[in-house]
Amino acid sequence: MSAPALRRLAWAAMVLLGLAAPYLVYPVFAMNVLCLALFASAFNLLLGYAGLLSFGHAAFLGAAAYVTGITLRTWGLPTELGVLAGTAVATLLGLVFGALAIRRSGIYFAMITLGFAQLVYFLVVQLPWTGGEDGLQGIPRGKALGLLALDGPVTTYYFVYVAFLAGFWLIQRAIHSPFGHVLRAIRENEPRALSLGYDVAHYKLLAFVLSAALSGLAGSLKAVVLQFASLSDVHWHRSGEVVLMTLLGGMGTVLGPSVGALLVVTLENYLADVGSWVTVITGAVFVACVLAFRRGIVGEVRALVRRSFIGGKP
Amino acid sequence: MPEETILETRDLVKEFAGFVAVNGVSLRVARGSIHALIGPNGAGKTTVFNLLTRFLPATRGAILFNGEDVTHARPADVARRGIVRSFQMSAVFPALTALENVRIALQRPLGTSFHFWRSERTLQALDARAVELLAAVGLEADRDTVAVELPYGRKRALELATTLALDPELLLLDEPTQGMGHEDVGRVVALIRHVAAGRTVLLVEHNLSVVQDLARRVTVLARGAVLAEGSYDEVSRDPAVLEAYIGAPA
Repeated sequence: MSAPALRRLAWAAMVLLGLAAPYLVYPVFAMNVLCLALFASAFNLLLGYAGLLSFGHAAFLGAAAYVTGITLRTWGLPTELGVLAGTAVATLLGLVFGALAIRRSGIYFAMITLGFAQLVYFLVVQLPWTGGEDGLQGIPRGKALGLLALDGPVTTYYFVYVAFLAGFWLIQRAIHSPFGHVLRAIRENEPRALSLGYDVAHYKLLAFVLSAALSGLAGSLKAVVLQFASLSDVHWHRSGEVVLMTLLGGMGTVLGPSVGALLVVTLENYLADVGSWVTVITGAVFVACVLAFRRGIVGEVRALVRRSFIGGKP
Repeated sequence: MPEETILETRDLVKEFAGFVAVNGVSLRVARGSIHALIGPNGAGKTTVFNLLTRFLPATRGAILFNGEDVTHARPADVARRGIVRSFQMSAVFPALTALENVRIALQRPLGTSFHFWRSERTLQALDARAVELLAAVGLEADRDTVAVELPYGRKRALELATTLALDPELLLLDEPTQGMGHEDVGRVVALIRHVAAGRTVLLVEHNLSVVQDLARRVTVLARGAVLAEGSYDEVSRDPAVLEAYIGAPA
């Protein structure tokens, strides 16, 4: 079987699984997985394809969640406008943070993004209309496109699923676009890309903004799904968690971050009974994964498939 | 009749925190020639390259390309004007195939390099030209090989093919035969002669027989300054050059 055929098969499986999900598991759980999968995929666009490790992506997820919450609850705007507003704010934040952060690389880049995220966290705690420690509760889901009332979990699920597919499609298209090729070249050898006439900073910035925008979309959807926005969405734990999901699933693979998100959310959900031990267990799983298969779950599976079916090198 | 100058530097100076790496270098490179920059280790050859391509900002002095001042241009801009460099260590994109490596260079003029919504299939229009360029350096059989798996000599050939894809007016080659076995050196020399047709090459090289073979004009740098300039035969007889290389007073 050829590589594109395998990819199509994986796609079909994913779409079908997504369609069936609300009848297989608790819909809110499935929606939560979708939101975090989109978040991790957006993060992976930056880490896996541009080679930039951001440690402040919670800022985009969280800021968008709050903006969506405010537009829907306080101003009573239609759902899709709330989602768009959240995404737009995350995009703008990405433009500002990105323009400053991409001047540095490696650990300095990570620290600048972390600094900005802490700034956002502080603002959310202090501003009067974010609900402070309590967060924003009781965000109405409203109606999608003014027609479809998002009151039932299954209807809401399909609304979120369509948005997820659109975001996910855009990410994988960006990866396999002329832009994606330049991005990979920059990740592989930045001075060489520069010497070929590419203004690498502009490409990195676009990757950063795209990643921020789609993280924002994930945050907005999350606010609609859970009907609240809380401080945990802007907390740096969230920025760490997305690194974990991406590495677990497989950095630089299209499906990896979603698999990682599924795994982390499942662990957190089904281990909730054991209380605070869940953090310890997730940590142990993470360490075991990174030690045993550094390419992540999907990365290892891909290498295995290439070795056994295609005969190419992993 | 004086030859037309493609590249000129005037009193180029680069200081690093009290250490003068390049000290008042004035060069003139004639259009269509192969010009070599030689000198002992630490003479400032690579620093001059970094200044010319704006990878490093010059402390003082001016750089003129085709009569235009490029002293303060951005590095990517310098490349787009037609000055394209290679690197001392082979500079390929390791995880990309040979074909993709060359295509990255061909892709920019399409003007779609920021188009993240477009399919990568639009790049296939460049494949024919990329294969041609690979064939020009003898890599047509390696088109689908991932660059990291190519042997060293072939990596350098791939780098050259990628550079040529930009059709640069001025090619800056930083030690193109470094770390190569005898046979590979011969291949690369032939390749450089081949690609130099119709363009200008400025070359940093340690292997003096390569310099003798290729370069019409040679500039010798020592301790950041120009020690001598002339044909290979002229500079190789220059007592100051002999002293700088061998350390013996002539």
